[in-house]
Amino acid sequence: MRIREQSQLYPPITKPTASPWQHRHILDLDDFSRQEMEFLFHTADAMKEILGREIKRVPTLRGKTVVTMFYEPSTRTRLSFEMAAKSLGADVTSITAATSSAVKGESLVDTVRTIQALGSDVLVMRHPCSGAPYLVAQQVASSVVNAGDGWHAHPTQALLDLYTIRSHHGGVEGAKAVIIGDILHSRVARSNIWGLTIMGAQVVLCGPPTLLPRFWGQAYPQAIIEPDIEAALADADIIMVLRLQRERQQGGLLPSIEEYVRLYQLDERRLALAKPDALVMHPGPVNEGIEIAPEVAHGAQSVIEEQVANGVAVRMALLYLLAGGAH
Amino acid sequence: MTEALLIRGRLFDPGQGLDRVGDLLIEGGKIAWLGEPGLAPKPDVPVLEAQRLIVCPGFIDLHCHLREPGQEDKETIASGTQAAARGGFTTVCAMPNTQPPLDSGAAVDYVLKRATQEGAVRVLPIGCITRGRKGEELAELGELAQAGAVAFSDDGNSVADPRLLRNALEYSRSFGLPVIEHCEDASLSKDGVMNEGWTSARLGLRGIPPAAEETVVARDIALAELTGARLHLAHLTTAGSVELVRRAKEKGLPITAEVTPHHLTLTEERVMGAEWGWLGRVPPRHQPLNSCAYDTSAKVNPPLRTPADVLALNRGLQDGTIDAIATDHAPHRLVDKLCEFDLAAFGISGLETALAALLALVHIGELKLETLIEALTYGPARILGRDTQTGLREGAPADITIFDPEAQWVVDPQAFASKGKNTPLAGYTLRGKVMATIVDGRLVYKDDSL
Repeated sequence: MRIREQSQLYPPITKPTASPWQHRHILDLDDFSRQEMEFLFHTADAMKEILGREIKRVPTLRGKTVVTMFYEPSTRTRLSFEMAAKSLGADVTSITAATSSAVKGESLVDTVRTIQALGSDVLVMRHPCSGAPYLVAQQVASSVVNAGDGWHAHPTQALLDLYTIRSHHGGVEGAKAVIIGDILHSRVARSNIWGLTIMGAQVVLCGPPTLLPRFWGQAYPQAIIEPDIEAALADADIIMVLRLQRERQQGGLLPSIEEYVRLYQLDERRLALAKPDALVMHPGPVNEGIEIAPEVAHGAQSVIEEQVANGVAVRMALLYLLAGGAH
Repeated sequence: MTEALLIRGRLFDPGQGLDRVGDLLIEGGKIAWLGEPGLAPKPDVPVLEAQRLIVCPGFIDLHCHLREPGQEDKETIASGTQAAARGGFTTVCAMPNTQPPLDSGAAVDYVLKRATQEGAVRVLPIGCITRGRKGEELAELGELAQAGAVAFSDDGNSVADPRLLRNALEYSRSFGLPVIEHCEDASLSKDGVMNEGWTSARLGLRGIPPAAEETVVARDIALAELTGARLHLAHLTTAGSVELVRRAKEKGLPITAEVTPHHLTLTEERVMGAEWGWLGRVPPRHQPLNSCAYDTSAKVNPPLRTPADVLALNRGLQDGTIDAIATDHAPHRLVDKLCEFDLAAFGISGLETALAALLALVHIGELKLETLIEALTYGPARILGRDTQTGLREGAPADITIFDPEAQWVVDPQAFASKGKNTPLAGYTLRGKVMATIVDGRLVYKDDSL
């Protein structure tokens, strides 16, 4: 009894480690430091090496359980997480809105408590409501990874974007990064504003005013709002094109898709305004011929496919760091 | 207790400019005498020691949701009026968005009957403007008035059709009762869950722009001018609305307005977590969200707005543009709030924290005590035409609130009498506590320490 009390009074001194990793959950990038991101990217380099091997599998997370819970349709993100988890030897369980008790009216909180009771180390979740992962993180002991919540955040997408940029330009310090399109509804834009800014880039946002309202300037003073696409693209180092959903036109936010194409599509003429080595990125799925011209999406400056490939390595690194691999 | 002597309290009545230490004698449900300490004509009655406490007219809440009939799992007339008593309210007006809505004489009757049986405080029902609150045809306003409704409102919705509202205003004139409008353009606010601004942009939540309220305030003022009817605007939240009402009053229109304690003390940033939004505390823009963000206890309609709006509401209260403070007490079950922000119910359980939250403004010098008490007593009383029955004066009903302006306490929703534990003030330390509430001479609430 006394010994226990003493050990509580004097917790064992842990050796200082080189790891700057602080995260239990990955909810957004707003709480990341530059050191943490660098550390993650170093880890992702190692994962990329594993993925280049003939047997793309290591037993690092054997015995750990990763649950993916997708309340919104997704192919690439879910697959990417599942491949990442399996490559590290973790057990993977998948739940979708259609297979969960949500269809029976069970609340999200009850569902995740059940998952917790059955045992999970990392819970990867996508949800149509902004903030849902924050609610879940308060309810469960396992790590929560936000794989996209409503309009709010998609931190792993932004991390793989940064990782992709790093592999081409070495980093983003001082770079001009332009995000074009439906900013208002974009979780990718929001997370990238944080990620790019923390890593030292200057973010420029460009889109029709209905999709990039005035009050955004107050929310993200670190970004520049430039409604004129030519000015936005001038001397850009990085161009991120966002997907335009057809609902935006139906919702009255745009007069027509054709007009959007005329005013905001990234085509070769506009791309020429950016630096010659500017990277063209897109979180996918791409609407070719709408937000981006096909010849740009498949052009020499496009790294869209690379983004997908890097997704697995970055997510492996995240799962590794979260599920105890770092300790 | 129909007879009692309150001794050595600070008798405080802004309507009479009264603020002095004295005794107050209650007899037969009325205030029988008040005056210098020790001089009461009939000192041989039970004594309530009120030293260092403020003794003032009972608070009147123009706007609360008692949920009965139909949603007794959220609140009942019994639990809601007990909450009112704990909050120092001696009279509460019950909004008609119950199930069924209070759109008939029988429904109003039911509420009055239940209130007589189980109500801790006086309950004044408000009847619907339109049948079923559907905004399609007028409810039988005459029948509602006869049954005892004190005002008409479709609270929760605006009357969207301007012609229908015009008719309601015209028709209501024959009863002399106010029409209370919840000002919200449903198209502008569609699917919105919080104020539209930097916080909603940051959180990725759909916003409700200030114009959703202001366009309806402007329309309603025009209709009040057209009809000459008495219009009362519920829970104003924006600087623009205050300005519109100020100009309407300068023109001499018979318009009144209310504001809630939460819109006077909290801003939109409260949605980011309990450390933000209270009394103008705004996080720096680079502040990371913590896991307490998306706090559904701060989800309320109309939404918490910006510091500039809070300031304008406060100024409006001080210059008389805003007549009354009303709680918009909106109790909900735990499950209605323990969910995704988009899916959570709107509303704050406000009766039991109203006074202490508002006293915070007095303590920091942003509001005068007499303005505050006026807005909780005479302000609403005048709107209801009950100001002659209000006040610390001989012969008036003994509706009295006694509070300690200094006592500190920590808000613990589990200790609420209300079934609704949904408050953004949980865990806050507040200064100012209701010590006793007296309705018609009956002691309906007494703090344990008294």
